[in-house]
Amino acid sequence: MANRIPRVAVREQDPKARATNFEEVCYGYNREEAMLEASRCLHCKNPRCVSACPVNVQIPEFIAKVVEGDIEGAAAIIAQDSSLPAVCGRVCPQETQCEGSCVLGVKGEPVAIGKLERFVADYMHMGDAAGSSAPSAEAAPVSDSERPAIKGTGDRVAIVGSGPAGLACASDLAKWGYDVTIFEALHKAGGVLEYGIPEFRLPKDKVLKHEIEEVKRLGVKIETDVIIGKTVTIDHLMDQEGFKAVFIGSGAGLPKFMNIPGENLCGVFSANEFLTRNNLMKAWRDDYLTPIHAGKKVCVVGGGNVAMDAARTALRLGAEVHIVYRRTEAELPARKEEVHHAIEEGIIFDMLTNPVEVIGDEKGWVKALKCIRMELGEPDESGRRSPVPVEGSEFEIETETVIMALGTSPNPMISKSTAGLETNRRGCLVADEEGATTRPGVFAGGDAVTGAATVILAMGAGRTAAKAIDKYIKG
Amino acid sequence: MFEILSKEMLTPIICRMKVSAPRLAAAAQPGQFLIVRADEKGERIPLTISDFDRKEGTVTIVTQKIGASTADIIAYEPGECFADVVGPLGLASEFVEMPADKLAQQRYILIAGGLGTAPVYPQAKWLKEHGVPVDVIIGAKTKDLLIYTDEMREVCDNLFICTDDGSEGFKGMGTNMLEHVVEEGHKYTQAVIIGPMIMMKFTTLTCKKLGIPAIVSLNTLMVDGTGMCGACRVSVGGKTRFACVEGPEFDGYEVDFDQAMRRQGQYKAEEIAANENHVCKIGRGK
Repeated sequence: MANRIPRVAVREQDPKARATNFEEVCYGYNREEAMLEASRCLHCKNPRCVSACPVNVQIPEFIAKVVEGDIEGAAAIIAQDSSLPAVCGRVCPQETQCEGSCVLGVKGEPVAIGKLERFVADYMHMGDAAGSSAPSAEAAPVSDSERPAIKGTGDRVAIVGSGPAGLACASDLAKWGYDVTIFEALHKAGGVLEYGIPEFRLPKDKVLKHEIEEVKRLGVKIETDVIIGKTVTIDHLMDQEGFKAVFIGSGAGLPKFMNIPGENLCGVFSANEFLTRNNLMKAWRDDYLTPIHAGKKVCVVGGGNVAMDAARTALRLGAEVHIVYRRTEAELPARKEEVHHAIEEGIIFDMLTNPVEVIGDEKGWVKALKCIRMELGEPDESGRRSPVPVEGSEFEIETETVIMALGTSPNPMISKSTAGLETNRRGCLVADEEGATTRPGVFAGGDAVTGAATVILAMGAGRTAAKAIDKYIKG
Repeated sequence: MFEILSKEMLTPIICRMKVSAPRLAAAAQPGQFLIVRADEKGERIPLTISDFDRKEGTVTIVTQKIGASTADIIAYEPGECFADVVGPLGLASEFVEMPADKLAQQRYILIAGGLGTAPVYPQAKWLKEHGVPVDVIIGAKTKDLLIYTDEMREVCDNLFICTDDGSEGFKGMGTNMLEHVVEEGHKYTQAVIIGPMIMMKFTTLTCKKLGIPAIVSLNTLMVDGTGMCGACRVSVGGKTRFACVEGPEFDGYEVDFDQAMRRQGQYKAEEIAANENHVCKIGRGK
């Protein structure tokens, strides 16, 4: 019986070794392991995994191809619905989506759908090196002449932001024959995949760059160093440059702080700053000029994926790292695998702890983080039990650096510079379920609409909006 | 790619470059800044826009060699390209959006210190073009470090030059010069101060004493320049503001300069190490 085979374990870098390097933690499956794991799929008539996937990848179908050893066939099936399989296989919260609804998970372990997706994507450009720690060739950039000729009407669509929402929207539109240009504010494409998610979780040159080049191969142009709302406005794109529609996938880039005393001391950073310096600006590499400050001891405040990423980055830069979170481990919003990896690597979890003040020395640098103990009270509107401070329980954690990973909100640069674009009280763009904003021809999706969420939800929103844009242009 | 069209050394360590950046030039306003990344491994360095030409599609930047990254920028020659030039960033100067009737009542004194003279230039130019009375004070340590004096004379009503050692113009600092000018009977409704943090702090104090409202332009640390990293946060009137998107210009009376100066030096230790170990990647020596 297929389901008697236990879930095939995935090989990972030793925790002690990886705590000191930025190489990828997980090696992924090789061909043999992937085929064995794929054989566990029951091929349900009503596959719940597919509906649990925000972009509805045809999971049992691609897995069936893996069982046959037809990896190319599997890749083609995934490509119908996802333009970033190597990314999603690595960063999706599978436990709450596809794998979370796998029938095998009721009594045992679900099929490792994420790891299989990753294998298929990696195999397509690394071949048999997929699933090994061997370095693979960097993706060759797509030149202008390699770009396919626009097949459809060639109507121009502008995409704001080259993160997951923008890349997914652009891919679909390009496949349908639109002339798509993505405008990216930073110097590199990828959005949060480039500046936010660390190398050890998503290798940039080996994996991300390759997937972005694949999007370009569909005919999508990417113009970096253009800040929509500053360098050019949406009005300009539509009125002067002939774009028929615009999709805003600008993400949620503004960091939140706690508004507690001492937050502007030297040594207090937003997770965004810390991660951007390390990921986009490659501060971890000696041959790049960007400075970064971790020090001997770091407190990361927050419990999401970004907090885990910042903590594990600080650890690799040589610090002792504490995660300071006001609820318990059970409520940590981070992906399970990330928490698990963080614990393995030696991150210290200070749970039921909430900062009340950052204490500085005479030179204006962080000396300690003053916290208060918390206990869990009644469930709040999100269903999670809300933490309540324990009176008189204040104490200090000595630390050199404090990293605030409390979530992010959308950047107002676009909404402020575009007439007719409404935002809600959280600063998110108002859009209907198809992604249409309050301004005709302008669509939006991803974190810019929902506030900080996941890569895959942003991709789903990008795809939904692509359909709506197609309908809008065809009238 | 962003081609360097011309380059001149204004002093042994201050360099002026005209760079091709058509989209940026079309949108730039006085008071705004841009970010340059010289090459793949360089930092993103915020620089003020010291001039722009929409027709030519060019922006002018003035860079002072202070660290490894600025040294790399200065090492570029005409015909070569920077990897990235992005902007305009930050908000335009307050007067750009000011209603005409209010603008007509203004008399500006722009006070520039050192490298800060470069971003003062487009402000004076804009005010002059719009018929607003504008005087300028340029201060430097010594004669050889003065920049933009000839250009500035063309775009202001009165130019006052001062040097700490008296090698040119008035002997003294910008604060002394300002007091002197006001004593002579010049009256101003608004001062704009751009220069090193410490100079802006003390010039703001002088303005306060003289009863002149003061705007300062803060050159804080930044990574992205779009509000994403928060490295640029400053306390203004007790509130945390992001200099990159809410500034760079703020009411000088309200700025916590001591905190801003400490924050500006956050990566000093790392920078010193980088300078000592820096080997110019494009083969131009230290």
